[in-house]
Amino acid sequence: MPASPAGAPLLAAESLSLTRGGRELFRDLSFAVHGGQLWQIEGPNGAGKTSLIRILCGLARYGFEGRVQRPLPLLYLGHQPAVKALLTPRENLAWHVSGEGPYADDQIESALARVGLYGYEDVPSHTLSAGQQRRVNLARLFLSRAPLWLLDEPFTAIDKGGVDALQAQLAAHVAGGGAVLMASHQVLRVSCEVRLLNLAGSVA
Amino acid sequence: MSVPGSWQFCVRLLRRQLLLAVRRPIDIGNPLLFFTMVVVLFPLGLGPAPEQLTGFAPGALWIIALLSNLLTSDSVFRSDFDDGSLEQLLLAPQPLYLSVLAYIGAHWLTTGLLLAVLSPLFALMLNLPVYALSTLVFSLLLGTAVLSLLGGIGAALTVGLKRGGMLISLLLLPLYMPVLIFGSAAVQASVSGIPTGPYLAILGAMLCLAIALAPLAVAAGLRISIDA
Repeated sequence: MPASPAGAPLLAAESLSLTRGGRELFRDLSFAVHGGQLWQIEGPNGAGKTSLIRILCGLARYGFEGRVQRPLPLLYLGHQPAVKALLTPRENLAWHVSGEGPYADDQIESALARVGLYGYEDVPSHTLSAGQQRRVNLARLFLSRAPLWLLDEPFTAIDKGGVDALQAQLAAHVAGGGAVLMASHQVLRVSCEVRLLNLAGSVA
Repeated sequence: MSVPGSWQFCVRLLRRQLLLAVRRPIDIGNPLLFFTMVVVLFPLGLGPAPEQLTGFAPGALWIIALLSNLLTSDSVFRSDFDDGSLEQLLLAPQPLYLSVLAYIGAHWLTTGLLLAVLSPLFALMLNLPVYALSTLVFSLLLGTAVLSLLGGIGAALTVGLKRGGMLISLLLLPLYMPVLIFGSAAVQASVSGIPTGPYLAILGAMLCLAIALAPLAVAAGLRISIDA
């Protein structure tokens, strides 16, 4: 994992403001995410959680005010699984369009095993259930060496045991000096401190 | 962080796209089937007199090639947009220019290249003289590559729309015109025994220009479509 310059944040947002359809979602939102921190974005549906994450990762480039600094590579997992139905889980991970890797075969196998897909490595992904397809995507969390993770509702369609394993992995990443910023409605049960960013509360 | 080199990533994308295409052979077969059907219909509609067929074969073959390219250009980025892969591609720490070239290259290999290679068969059905076949193949090789690159621009701009089919045709047809004009003129010249070099050179120049500029437009189009 590349070390960030001492004390520099992995992600810094400076006075972000967003208005959608005449409604102000957030205004003057400033925060800095440092290594070793886990941030959770909270807020009711429509509060702008996904919009904020898309701004932070750089997919949304216009229509908002403020500045975002992200000096290091990041991993973004959105609502859609980004899993190709015609490829097997192994091919999906080995040839992922996010431009990471290359990963060795046993790395991919162990990542798939850790999301509970042992034995499914070489079946076409369209035979997997929706939850299993999301798990293929989540296996990237066990492969990625990006220091910053931006996760949008990572627990959707994941069963209870899977959620626990995922939370353990998030805590391990944070303990290893990485940072996680995630949108979720669930109460996190992790061993590290969770910093809350409440979007409903930040609206002036 | 281990990141593959730009070319390595480009080759990886190309392999991925080609494998996806091979696993859906219907998508490769569709444009060829379209080509075959229209070529078969032409003599039925216009009369099977061989010399008449020779007259309109160059233009007809090129128009059908253009339309079959138009049919498939919508799909270059469609499935990647639908399943979220496109977002990941835009966030990849790789030059989008090369990634886009890989996508369009895979599209051309599975449509234009196949069409150009099979075109002598269709050309003989339309009674195109045998000595004009090499010009036809060569002009189609160059021309369909330009069409694929231009088609990528339309695909990138309309990928965010649920039904971009009609819009993409309107956007692309004016851009396709010069390729059609010089492509069919090359074959026509070959049939009449005029040197074809100048026409092919212009097609080649178009291809160079398209390779240099189209990926930039495609990348910008993709960013706009994802942002919307």
